[in-house]
Amino acid sequence: MAKLIELKGITKSYDGEVILNSINLYIRDGEFITLLGPSGCGKTTTLRIIGGFETADEGELYFDGTEISDVPPHKRQVNTVFQKYALFPHLNVYENIAFPLRMKKISEEDIKKRVTEMLKMVALVGFENKSVSTLSGGQQQRVAIARALVSHPKVLLLDEPLGALDLKLRKDMQNELKTIQKAIGITFIYVTHDQEEALSMSDTIVVMADGEIQQIGTPTDIYNEPKNAFVADFIGESNIVDGIMLEDKKVRMSGHTFDCLDGGYDKNEPVDVVVRPEDVDVVKPENGMLTGIVSSVTFKGVHYEIIVDIKGFKWMIQSTDYVAPDEKIGLFIEPDAIHVMKKSKYSGKFGDYSSFSDELDTLSDADTAEEF
Amino acid sequence: MNKKRSFMNSIAAAPHIFWAVLFIILPLLIVLYYAFTDSDGHFSFSNIASLPSYASIFWLSLELSIIATAICLLLGYPLAYIIAKSKPKTQKILSMLLMLPMWTNLLIRTYSIMAILDNGGIINTLLGTSMQIVGTKGAVIFGMVYDFLPYMVLPIYTCISKIDKNMWEAASDLGCNTFSTLTKVIIPLSRSGIISGVTMVLVPSISTFYISQKLGGGTFELIGDTIERQFVTGALNVGAAISLVMMILILISLTVMNKFGDSDEGGIIV
Repeated sequence: MAKLIELKGITKSYDGEVILNSINLYIRDGEFITLLGPSGCGKTTTLRIIGGFETADEGELYFDGTEISDVPPHKRQVNTVFQKYALFPHLNVYENIAFPLRMKKISEEDIKKRVTEMLKMVALVGFENKSVSTLSGGQQQRVAIARALVSHPKVLLLDEPLGALDLKLRKDMQNELKTIQKAIGITFIYVTHDQEEALSMSDTIVVMADGEIQQIGTPTDIYNEPKNAFVADFIGESNIVDGIMLEDKKVRMSGHTFDCLDGGYDKNEPVDVVVRPEDVDVVKPENGMLTGIVSSVTFKGVHYEIIVDIKGFKWMIQSTDYVAPDEKIGLFIEPDAIHVMKKSKYSGKFGDYSSFSDELDTLSDADTAEEF
Repeated sequence: MNKKRSFMNSIAAAPHIFWAVLFIILPLLIVLYYAFTDSDGHFSFSNIASLPSYASIFWLSLELSIIATAICLLLGYPLAYIIAKSKPKTQKILSMLLMLPMWTNLLIRTYSIMAILDNGGIINTLLGTSMQIVGTKGAVIFGMVYDFLPYMVLPIYTCISKIDKNMWEAASDLGCNTFSTLTKVIIPLSRSGIISGVTMVLVPSISTFYISQKLGGGTFELIGDTIERQFVTGALNVGAAISLVMMILILISLTVMNKFGDSDEGGIIV
């Protein structure tokens, strides 16, 4: 697949605060790419720069090989589905979808054909004459998608488009968006802070934090081979433990030497070790590589979420077997469940579950506080 | 609980109700009374029957105020748009400048216009001419526009600045340049502001008497002057009848205009 969009050294700051710090990224034609990160990481700004609503302070933006930094939004072959849909309240469903075609002075006959086609695609046939304000959130969302796609853009930008929908509807729309993207075969650039959404929809995920790209990769890469503690923590649950790389395929942590599959580190190099909660087996204490005391158990439906205290570090384990609080248990970890990462500026900040609930609180605060 | 609450509510509302009855309802009833009685206090349609003789004055008032309103709209909309589109700090300064003249009494402002337009006024002195400006329709319209322009700009400005930033971006994203964004999205979305502005300029323009007296130079009379003259000369009954008909006409036109506005966007309420 050919490069369709390329960002080179894109930098942006507001009032002296750096929002994007030299972003380099290319987006291939026809892929579903997701910019994923917490609020304030710069993902929306990146999207707005591609859409033409913001101009980068530094850097170049290429579309199909042409520099387009100074091209206004209405001349870019890129359309946006806005977070709050931004449907025109003075126009009905039909006229909203027809709007971009009317701007292009397309014949009434073609407009009718294409709008009808779009209405079929988003399953809103029969809603033509409804006022957009009478539609539900999900329906407004569909109108917004139809309106953005009707003029056949090469790229669709989606800024947290499902954020305002309830969980059930969001799941349905995820599938639907993916289906639409496959059917029409254009590039979707999707912005979200929801890692599950990113994992289930994307061909490529770009994880961002603090105005920088942390990792680019397929969903499985990102999940299985996170590059640093931030990515490991942000995508799914992770225990991130300080370790020492004794030699290739030998890592020591929590007082035990584990076999692993990683190599290429210096002898005795300090590293971050990631172990996913679902990859830890609970065994009898005498059979465990590590032993610890259960500090809490929460029933989650599919599994129990067990917090275990191992030498003062709290691990999270997901197990289908029940263990009682204060019980002593053993932990068994397979070599392929261990992922070793280089130390980064995020080391030590994530992956300890001793302050689990606090962490959740601050996360949800941040979500509501900052939306731009 | 509920009863107690409604009792408290009515206590709280009492001063306002008292005020409304004393200064709004009661005067209206008095107008109504005078309109339908003769000078001896007997019920009579004679006042109403005499109204057609004022028709030409009424049409002139309507003509001038519609022209003034149209000019206010043409000048005011771009101004409101420019203010709404400027930086927050500039917005404050510009709307302040717009409001500043309103701190001076309307009558005094009208007098100053007179001083500017008069035979020996600033314009004629500067040009070294002796044009007769005061006493023309143009002078009256100019006065109306000058006096009431802020009432056009403010509601439109408020309305435009309330339009979601996403609307501008969506328009631009979907193929609009600056001009078509304005005509296809922003003007339709600021309709309620336009209706408020038009109402707030048209109503005082049509019923004004001092502007036409001062700037009309006594050469012609508007309906406001007619009403004033009736009351000053003691012809309360005819004055009341004209006022009543004016009120009804304004009420009808406001109702019609509000039909075109968004009911929930809070224009001028009828």
